[in-house]
Amino acid sequence: MPERLAVRKTYKLFIGGAFPRSESGRSYVVTSVDGDFLANAALASRKDVRDAVVAARKAFPGWSGATAYNRGQILYRIAELLEGRRDQFSTEARDRAQVDAAIDRWVWYAGWADKLAQVYGNANPVAGPYFNLSAPEPTGVVGIVAPPDSPLLGLVSVLAPVIVSGNTAVVLAAEERPLPAISLAEVLATADLPGGVVNVLTGRVAETAPWLAGHLDVNALDLTGVADPELAATLERDAAENLKRVLRPPAEPVDWYAEPGIDRMVAYLETKTVWHPKGV
Amino acid sequence: MTSSVADLSDVARSAATLRGFLHGLPGVDQVGAEARAAALATRSIKTTAKARGIDLAIRMVDLTTLEGADTPGKVRALCAKARRPDPTDPSCPSVAAVCVYPSMVATAVDAVAGSAIHVASVATAFPSGQAPLAVKLADTRAAVSDGADEIDMVINRGAFLSGRYLDVYEEIVAVREACGEAHLKVILETGELATYDNVRRASWLAMLAGADFIKTSTGKVSPAATLPVTLVMLEAVRDFRSATGRTVGVKPAGGIRTTKDALRYLVLVNETAGEDWLDPDRFRFGASSLLNDLLLQRDKLATGRYSGPDYVTLD
Repeated sequence: MPERLAVRKTYKLFIGGAFPRSESGRSYVVTSVDGDFLANAALASRKDVRDAVVAARKAFPGWSGATAYNRGQILYRIAELLEGRRDQFSTEARDRAQVDAAIDRWVWYAGWADKLAQVYGNANPVAGPYFNLSAPEPTGVVGIVAPPDSPLLGLVSVLAPVIVSGNTAVVLAAEERPLPAISLAEVLATADLPGGVVNVLTGRVAETAPWLAGHLDVNALDLTGVADPELAATLERDAAENLKRVLRPPAEPVDWYAEPGIDRMVAYLETKTVWHPKGV
Repeated sequence: MTSSVADLSDVARSAATLRGFLHGLPGVDQVGAEARAAALATRSIKTTAKARGIDLAIRMVDLTTLEGADTPGKVRALCAKARRPDPTDPSCPSVAAVCVYPSMVATAVDAVAGSAIHVASVATAFPSGQAPLAVKLADTRAAVSDGADEIDMVINRGAFLSGRYLDVYEEIVAVREACGEAHLKVILETGELATYDNVRRASWLAMLAGADFIKTSTGKVSPAATLPVTLVMLEAVRDFRSATGRTVGVKPAGGIRTTKDALRYLVLVNETAGEDWLDPDRFRFGASSLLNDLLLQRDKLATGRYSGPDYVTLD
């Protein structure tokens, strides 16, 4: 009886709800911390960034128009499915505590979906016979450079606050440790999250991030995962072209296990203020 | 093509001769035509060639609005866009024509006055063509007298599909006469013709009857323009010129939305009919949303970064 051959997974990109290879046909070798071969991952190109932004833009009206309750339910479902794959993620991230914390983080953010407007919205005091209300609205398409130091928990901690309020995202996964990001994409693809709400690209951040920063159809940029200060400065300058909201790289290493607070959600909100006559 | 010029001038003397001629045309190899169109669609056009292709495609656009909800204001906005597709860039060429319903022709003529932009009007009970001949002719004359210099007519598909080719022929001849000086584009509505053989027959029929352009579709029927159908029509105009010496243009319309699509059509034109047809007088795109994508791609080539739909007009 011959020994059974293992079926190895080809790690691909996640664009518009599908798992294509890179348009460029390139891939790169992902190794473990000890330098052992783990897998080949797709090496995303400029055109993959372009396609991902188109997919994210297309998904935006539907996702931002969904009720907050519905978005919360879908985020919670992502946590449910992650729970079912704890073992797989534990192997990939080689850290069970990190996986558990990541699942808890989804649940935490899922709960915020229909509460953010209460906390961040407001009924403004006015001196006339009308209401004046401020309500949070999603910014649009958000480009995210995921943190390299925490491939799963860090990724969840930057991604969930972006999509919970109705934004759509293009994520550049951690360059050296991209595999948990693609496995997370497999969960997202089966969790009722509409295609295009989250798009995941693996590859060289220095190659793809400038296209994201210069893209006029991207509305905000999260530079949390950019380690090189020079690159961060260039990206920020490019992002200024169409006044993207930019979240700069953290000055000190982030403790991803600490409770995040609402800052990351608030960073990608616009405030819509309306007045309304009181009627009779 | 073996028919001589003498044959062709005489071919419509009776229903039987016309039918004999059209059914004598060689059949279209469906698989071959589709494979050829698909193979040409894989050509890659880059950098300077792409920039020229995009500018040529912009110059070939018949910027179209054919909605029940069209208003004079919307038509004027469309004409402004036709004159200066990209108001921030004076080097951006104008489009070839605007295409509107007959009731909007006068508004469009006013709005493009002083430019080289043509005003095309659909006529003959567009899009179905199901009206008495007198109504179709009156429709055409009204558009021409309001100042339209191009008329897009629809053929009588009911007559064509039931084999009454002479009726279709005579109708085109009558509309041709009603057009006077105006150019006549004949819409075959290939989505309703069912086979490529019918597309080839309808192309020849329209050209014999005096069409200046043959056009794929109204845009109201799916499928609209496709690459293989356009390939068959381009072969027809090429063969028609070698048989008669007269050059007829081709206009794919409907469903062409991206720059990539437009460049594929240009490749097809170059490889099938030849360079002579790479000219707005010989080849047009009937489109509305295509222009925005052409402008976005033009901007990308000029600036090196991607633009977005926030930077072009909503139409």
